[in-house]
Amino acid sequence: MAYEIVIGLETHTQLSTQTKIFSGSSTRYGAQPNTQANEVDMALPGTLPVMNRVAVEHAIRLGLAVGATIAPRSIFARKNYFYPDLPKNYQISQYEIPVVLGGSITFFVGDKETTINLTRAHLEEDAGKSLHDNYIGPHGELSTGIDLNRTGTPLLEIVSEPEMRSAAEAVAYAKTLHSLVMWLGICDGNMQEGSFRVDVNVSVRPMGQKEFGTRCEVKNVNSFRFIERAINYEVRRQIELIEDGGKVVQETRLYDADLDETRSMRSKEDANDYRYFPDPDLPPLVIGQDWIDHVQAEMRKEGGLPEELRKNLVEVYGIAPIDAAQLISSRAMATYFLAVVEALESDPADLANVAALRPGRAKLAANWLMGEVSATLNREEKDLAQCPVAAPLLAALLKRILDNTISNKIARDVFAAMWAGEEKGQPDAIIAAKGLTQINDSGAIEAMIDAVLAANATIVAEYRAGKQKGFNSLVGQIMKAAKGKANPQQVNDLLKAKLDQA
Amino acid sequence: MAITEQEVTQIARLARLTLSPGQSLQAQGDLNKILGLIQELQAVDTRGIEPLAHPLSALRDVHLRLREDIVTEISSPERREALMVNAPGKAEGLFLVPKVIE
Amino acid sequence: MSTALHAFPTLASLQAALAQGKLSATELAQDCLRQIQAQQGLNAFVHVDADLSLAQARASDASRAAGISGPLSGIPIAHKDVFVTQGWRSTAGSKMLKNYVSPFDATVVNRLLTAGCVSLGKLNCDEFAMGSGNEHSVFGPAHNPWDLTCVPGGSSGGSAAAVAARLIFASTGTDTGGSVRQPAALCGVSGIKPTYGVVSRYGMIAYGSSLDQAGVMAPAAADLVALLDTISGFDVRDATSAEHCLGVPNAPGRIQSDYNKASAHFDSQALLPLNGLRIGVPSEYFGEGLSSDVGAAIETALSQFEQLGAQRVPISLPRTRLSIPAYYVIAPAEASSNLSRYDGVRYGHRSESYTDLADMTGRSRSEGFGAEVQRRIMVGTYVLSHGYYDAYYLQAQRLRRMIAEDFQAAFTQQCDVIMGPVTPTVAKAIGDNQDDPTADWLADIYTLSLNLAGLPGMSVPCGFGTSAAGKALPIGLQIIGDYFDEGRLLAIAHQYQLATDWHLRCAGQA
Repeated sequence: MAYEIVIGLETHTQLSTQTKIFSGSSTRYGAQPNTQANEVDMALPGTLPVMNRVAVEHAIRLGLAVGATIAPRSIFARKNYFYPDLPKNYQISQYEIPVVLGGSITFFVGDKETTINLTRAHLEEDAGKSLHDNYIGPHGELSTGIDLNRTGTPLLEIVSEPEMRSAAEAVAYAKTLHSLVMWLGICDGNMQEGSFRVDVNVSVRPMGQKEFGTRCEVKNVNSFRFIERAINYEVRRQIELIEDGGKVVQETRLYDADLDETRSMRSKEDANDYRYFPDPDLPPLVIGQDWIDHVQAEMRKEGGLPEELRKNLVEVYGIAPIDAAQLISSRAMATYFLAVVEALESDPADLANVAALRPGRAKLAANWLMGEVSATLNREEKDLAQCPVAAPLLAALLKRILDNTISNKIARDVFAAMWAGEEKGQPDAIIAAKGLTQINDSGAIEAMIDAVLAANATIVAEYRAGKQKGFNSLVGQIMKAAKGKANPQQVNDLLKAKLDQA
Repeated sequence: MAITEQEVTQIARLARLTLSPGQSLQAQGDLNKILGLIQELQAVDTRGIEPLAHPLSALRDVHLRLREDIVTEISSPERREALMVNAPGKAEGLFLVPKVIE
Repeated sequence: MSTALHAFPTLASLQAALAQGKLSATELAQDCLRQIQAQQGLNAFVHVDADLSLAQARASDASRAAGISGPLSGIPIAHKDVFVTQGWRSTAGSKMLKNYVSPFDATVVNRLLTAGCVSLGKLNCDEFAMGSGNEHSVFGPAHNPWDLTCVPGGSSGGSAAAVAARLIFASTGTDTGGSVRQPAALCGVSGIKPTYGVVSRYGMIAYGSSLDQAGVMAPAAADLVALLDTISGFDVRDATSAEHCLGVPNAPGRIQSDYNKASAHFDSQALLPLNGLRIGVPSEYFGEGLSSDVGAAIETALSQFEQLGAQRVPISLPRTRLSIPAYYVIAPAEASSNLSRYDGVRYGHRSESYTDLADMTGRSRSEGFGAEVQRRIMVGTYVLSHGYYDAYYLQAQRLRRMIAEDFQAAFTQQCDVIMGPVTPTVAKAIGDNQDDPTADWLADIYTLSLNLAGLPGMSVPCGFGTSAAGKALPIGLQIIGDYFDEGRLLAIAHQYQLATDWHLRCAGQA
């Protein structure tokens, strides 16, 4: 029996505001327990919630970025259940009418472009933390400690449609969403600190069946690797259960990273009736079109929406869709890329040819950014903001590849030297200092080729007899003789011409 | 539409009220009497009428006022002390509850 | 009763006495403390701290000596025990909060303190403001000064009793379904609940959030103006607090100004001050269930208004009866959620023995909450639960809109104010209606609609009936206004009180 996997993700993103969603307490991470919880956060008698404007604005940003509808009027509702890290024993959330509806996220799984639709995104408050160390209570009982610092931190819960069909898709979706919220500046994406938490809903059904199978929710998976593992485990577990004649029970589970398994959560009871009703302490949230327009304008000023930018890169710059997706994975990278291309196009001499030259230049810039630059950053454990090679200087280096002054291979050496700060990081100075200018003179190259051919008569004979693999060896020797500086294309063409000249 | 014993148990559980069997029975009787009163609502034709959640919205458009994202709380051990002064169980700056197994 | 308050029975006379140095705030406070002590049998006060009160009084005297004083400087008041106060405990009449001390003051408390009032402590009330006789209090029932075997009304029973007994000059209360107007009526004092949103709910222990509103009680309407005006005003800490009242900022001064304007207008009409005022009288308020003594007193009062020049207009508020089930769905629903925070974790009663967390919470709540509160929590939980939400909660909220619209129809087309009884009968005996959970609820029929609609309303003394023991028991006239019309309501009531003296009567002197 072939099974289809059905996955939906609910992501809780902690919004990067200064204060909590309903009180003026700080949201700074890492404070002493209960020093960042005021009377409202602690739900002392007589306290009331007051809404944080920036939390709403962050929700608008997300909505615009995913092409969703921003609800002109949304309602805060109370989700009623008892838990010690939830001081009011209800969570203020949104139920029937959330602030963001619909939208979609596009990303690549391998080289396949995938779009996943979002159901909704809504604002709610985070709960506190339970510390399960063995504290001793007032009657000598083993106790759990409750820290309410995190209580009231604004959360944006982003819910996807159950459209993912593999763990790989789910991980790619999660990573894309993760980059997006950081791009938008609405979440710091720090998964260790709990800023970005994923609940995975997994079910299986026989291939071709229309009805969904019973789903299980795996809560609070806080790394991409764990998302993949949790899904794989769940799928295996559910299929095994079904094939053994059992039924999947709808329940909430936790992923145990040490044992690489999911298990049922004991404390969450069956069918908890949350008794949602509109919070009488909070009138409806009204978002006017002018506010939405204002946020959109601000986002444009900051460099545009990632989705728009991605389309732009494909349509205007001719970048392959899969590369465009990577280039917009962070605002920094997109900005850097555009700066490089802008510098490449800034020479007044070839303004007339800009359009024609653009795709080639853009591709080169993209390859370098995703390749050499990223690799070096990773190795040096730096991020793009700390890159010692500024965009205009990288552009200057790329110009020398484009005008055949140096080959791509030599350029990597120059880049390393720029990174190290030699010659004040100026590519031309480095090329001159190291004498790396490419040999483009066909006469000189031919001379080198002749010399190598003369020294390798056997290989030449074999090549002419049909054994082509000696070609690379010859190229290698020629390049060695040229100290790597011969124009590779010319070497290739000329060598081939001479060999075929039998 | 009377309330059953089971429903009383369910309600008590949702509301975290521990009722003895006698109290449960009393509650069932009370709730049924109360239901009899609030059942009167059922007879009213309210088609086309929107619920009124915030009374002033009968008068005008009421919408949520937003607060600026500026820290207004000073955090300090003294402040924490004052806020936690009524806690029945506390240690090391934490509220204590009987151990929770997740 | 307090000697001083007896000698200076109006705010104006008391202000003058203090200003002229006839007595100091400290002497006044000491006088009140003595009387509170002497009349402990009323059980109106639940927390008294002489040191705290006298400190406030001394501060008031010092300010006055330094040339700083206002209309409420030195005036002795007290707060219903659902307003949180630093210093005095705040218990909401419940075992759940019996030892709770708040680290902050309610906005209402703060404003009166800043205005120079001297607080004599916290007043008894029904537990978490749920009740109409002050019988559901962990401190035991409060008593009606007019007949100690009778209830003072509720839930703000202590607030009304203390003013009626002249232990203090004025008190704060809260009104969710009539809990300021009804005790005011049963104790023969003047009380007012303003439009929803006029007074901040920050620091008011929540019962029914969309219905709760703070109110004040004092002997006369004219006394209430400065008090209500002072506690009114937009508060950033309450998202349901109104910023504007029909274009005018919601701030202290508005009500005083409206009152002055209306009063000036009435005064200018000489012998028929209320000429032009149309008083709507709902037929539904005079049906079965209204006792004859109350009916008669209201009738007399309405005639009095006619003599002052007002015109009676018969109106209909067809959903009056339905306000009862609507209220007793919405209020318990909100209460069931508002009271969830009382779990023995961060404050409040925690059971002495328990096996685990769920057990601790369950026991703490069952031990901490009285029977009425537990009943309402269960009703509220039920009407919000899956499968019943639409049929009960949403249905009640729809009815609520219809009721609000009924009032609007009356106010826009037929009348300026609406009048009628506050209660169907005079105060009942303490202990009556024990077996029937809904018996007391039915008596709320005249007051509930206002809270559902969010309208302002007041009660002024308008006559007497008799208790079973043959004692005179006060009757209150309800005056209902349109949104934000509290200033004018007070002016209308004042005109009535210029022509009558019911509000001047004191228990023992009927």
